[in-house]
Amino acid sequence: MAKRIDVSGLTAYYGAHKAIEDISMTIEPRSVTAFIGPSGCGKSTFLRTLNRMHEVTPGGRVEGKVLLDAEDLYGAGVDPVSVRREVGMVFQRPNPFPTMSIFDNVAAGLRLNGVTKKSELNDVVEKSLKGANLWNEVKDRLNKPGAGLSGGQQQRLCIARAIAVEPKVLLMDEPCSALDPISTLAIEDLIGELKERFTIVIVTHNMQQAARVSDRTAFFNLAGVGQPGRLIEIDDTERIFSNPSVQATEDYISGRFG
Amino acid sequence: MSTPAVTDRTTGSLRGGSLPRWFPLAVIAASIVVAVAIGLGTGLHSKVQWGLIAAILAVLGTYVVAARVEGRRQARDRIATSLVWVCFLLAVIPLASLIWATVKRGVKVLDGYFLSHSMAGVADTEPGGGIYHALLGTLEQVGLATVVAVPIGVLTAIYLVEYGRGALARAVTFFVDVMTGIPSIVAGLFVLSFWILILKMGYSGFAGSLALAILMMPVVVRSTEEMLKLVPNELREASLALGIPKWRTILKVVLPTSLGGIATGVMLSIARITGETAPVLLLVWGTNFINSNPFSDPQASLPLFIYQQYANSSGSGAAYDRAWAAALTLIAFVMILNLVARGIARWKAPKTGR
Amino acid sequence: MEISTQHTDPAPPLAAPSTAVGKRAARGATRPGDRIFLGLSRGSGILLLVIMAAIAVFLTYRAALAISKDDGNFLTTFEWNTGLLPAKFGIAVLAFGTVVSSIVAMALAVPVAVGIALFLTHYAPRRLAGPIAYVIDLLAAVPSIVYGLWGALVLVPHLSGLYGWLDAYLGWTGILSWQGGAPRSLLTVGILLAIMILPIITNVSREVFRQVPRMHEEAALALGATRWEVIRMAVLPFGRSGVISASMLGLGRALGETMAVATVLSPTFDIQASLLDPGGGTFAQNIASKFNEATEFGQDALIASGLVLFVITLLVNGAARMIINRRKEYSGANA
Repeated sequence: MAKRIDVSGLTAYYGAHKAIEDISMTIEPRSVTAFIGPSGCGKSTFLRTLNRMHEVTPGGRVEGKVLLDAEDLYGAGVDPVSVRREVGMVFQRPNPFPTMSIFDNVAAGLRLNGVTKKSELNDVVEKSLKGANLWNEVKDRLNKPGAGLSGGQQQRLCIARAIAVEPKVLLMDEPCSALDPISTLAIEDLIGELKERFTIVIVTHNMQQAARVSDRTAFFNLAGVGQPGRLIEIDDTERIFSNPSVQATEDYISGRFG
Repeated sequence: MSTPAVTDRTTGSLRGGSLPRWFPLAVIAASIVVAVAIGLGTGLHSKVQWGLIAAILAVLGTYVVAARVEGRRQARDRIATSLVWVCFLLAVIPLASLIWATVKRGVKVLDGYFLSHSMAGVADTEPGGGIYHALLGTLEQVGLATVVAVPIGVLTAIYLVEYGRGALARAVTFFVDVMTGIPSIVAGLFVLSFWILILKMGYSGFAGSLALAILMMPVVVRSTEEMLKLVPNELREASLALGIPKWRTILKVVLPTSLGGIATGVMLSIARITGETAPVLLLVWGTNFINSNPFSDPQASLPLFIYQQYANSSGSGAAYDRAWAAALTLIAFVMILNLVARGIARWKAPKTGR
Repeated sequence: MEISTQHTDPAPPLAAPSTAVGKRAARGATRPGDRIFLGLSRGSGILLLVIMAAIAVFLTYRAALAISKDDGNFLTTFEWNTGLLPAKFGIAVLAFGTVVSSIVAMALAVPVAVGIALFLTHYAPRRLAGPIAYVIDLLAAVPSIVYGLWGALVLVPHLSGLYGWLDAYLGWTGILSWQGGAPRSLLTVGILLAIMILPIITNVSREVFRQVPRMHEEAALALGATRWEVIRMAVLPFGRSGVISASMLGLGRALGETMAVATVLSPTFDIQASLLDPGGGTFAQNIASKFNEATEFGQDALIASGLVLFVITLLVNGAARMIINRRKEYSGANA
């Protein structure tokens, strides 16, 4: 089920540009870890190295180790496609497949894995939509296009799509930044429920959100424009927000910069 | 939490079986060897067949090996990759052959004499002669067509972008699209019916220019429209706010800003009509002699010359040589126009952050 | 771009509904310079419409002259005899040849073009993709007469092998049997047309595939899709209407192509059962081949056939445009 992530000495590049440098941390299973930090500090880049999505960007390159329960994602012979099946992802802007129905969107990942039996698909789709707190709103229109839902519903649809394949880890890249406050609240509640089953990592710009949903918080920063982003500290969320050990963290949280 | 859907995968390793990077090359090499062996063994003469066998073997081999080692999904991915490469190679062969043939056969008789003499007194089947009359005709016809089409096209685009609202603008937009799709021979037939059959004006270079202008106009309108739309509104507002009348704003601010793009569009449309043969065949008729007056009597034209050398020469090698040389000249002309147009586009591109 | 709301006349802006803005701009242009300029540019637009109307009217008029004296049925007669009276001519053979050669061309070109477009957008190394796209752009500019010359003198001699092979293995189908004539048949025409429309279909499809939002591809990737699965899930569904309209544009070009067909086909005025046997003809090719010997009446008859071609291409291009325009709205709503 949920798995632990151990990152050691991770550096990521865009071509010649070093985006993040020498990051090491441990992410506990069945918990929510939030990444905060100013824009451009590399927190999204780091998130994308955790399921090998970083290398999809032209010029994207990674050095270092990411252990998923002791297995290195970047080890020789590891297939990025199987990594992404283990580590699901939800994006900043809701991105349901525009040409697919709600049902097909959720079933997309299962179909990739060769599940074709209708009854089985029905079960998993229902379970996933319920898991994403969306079932009651869409159960009567599963065959309507997913793009017809509201932004918040679309984002929960994307979460349902991600959890339908039973990943071990769920990465969320600013999942609420395109949503209104009510939809944001719905997603935050959902994150609270999902952490029972998954290891969740969430990137957010919103410090209140980090404080509300996460168990642990990591603060990223960069020394200056063009400099690589670094991990400043990671600790229990309460500690970070009440009594961080690094001055920069406190400055950032209290709004003195960033 | 594990559903039947997911128990059969995962549980453990991320490490699917995977094939080394040199695998595709190895399969291709092996298939070529086997195909050559089969070809020699069964006495197939056609190298094309060898190639076909090799291609089929490569695709099948990739699938079988990948399916065994990496699984069916990866195998399908590899098949798709090889099919896409095959598509690309399939398309490259005729296109490369076209260019190769034109250059190789075209340079045979292409020289200063060829460019500076007409076919006067040269029978179609004899060697000698040249394309001076055809070059002259093409330049005049295309020039006249440009003179007719560019002002109309640019003004129409200005109307659409700067003034056009409502039904008239919508109709113009729609019919410009429709006009883009008119086959060149239909444009030729129109001028034939109107200019030659009804007004009894006789075959001439200018009749051809009219048809070419019809083909050119929609292209000019479209490209000019695109370029005018790229001019930021702030520029217009800045000028209008200075109390400059709208027509001067358009002439002095909008047009100069987009001049590079408009020039590019015009050159591309010239390149397009230069190669048109069908309307010229119907309206200009063709001649072996130099006729520098486009307004009366048949003229020659480069594309028409190619066709007539090919069609009227009953297989004479000399005529074919001339056709290839003329084709090379035509391609060179069109390509130079294209390259210059792209050069202008790059050089003059409006810096709108795109 | 609401430009006409900024015109310079000193009168206060009128609160007219947007459909009337054009007229308002006209009334607002009080300066002589503005009036002349607007008159010129609007006149050009109107001239374009007049030309389109004139094309339809004159072609129809001359076609009517010819058809009224046609002793056969214009649609079904298998003959093109305009020299002797009573004249008998019909477009059945031409319609058949035009449609068949275009279908062959589409069947060959569309899959390959989509493949190349995918190759350029998703498979080719980036350093290769740019130059290749550039070369394909240039190939779209090669004049059709050059394709025709190449087709007649290079392609045709190379097709005998293929024809023999098709006859040997697929001859039993009837439509792919070969009696051994020169390979100047509708199939050859189709192959050459396919090569000619390949660049345009590739270019338009490539544009469409490039516009597939990155986030949809990433959504598929994040689900653990292979590259091919990403294309199946995100790229092809998004690009489908674009590929259809690209194909229609290619079809429009194939239908109206003249010189390349005239050079590679040995025309006869009948319908061959087999695609491989020389014979048949297309609208455009027939006009080009028969024009030189035609009397004025014969030219009118050719104009009549040209009118049919005009209508067909209008329908095809109109359909393509409609699909493109619908797609614009669709993608705009979801962007």
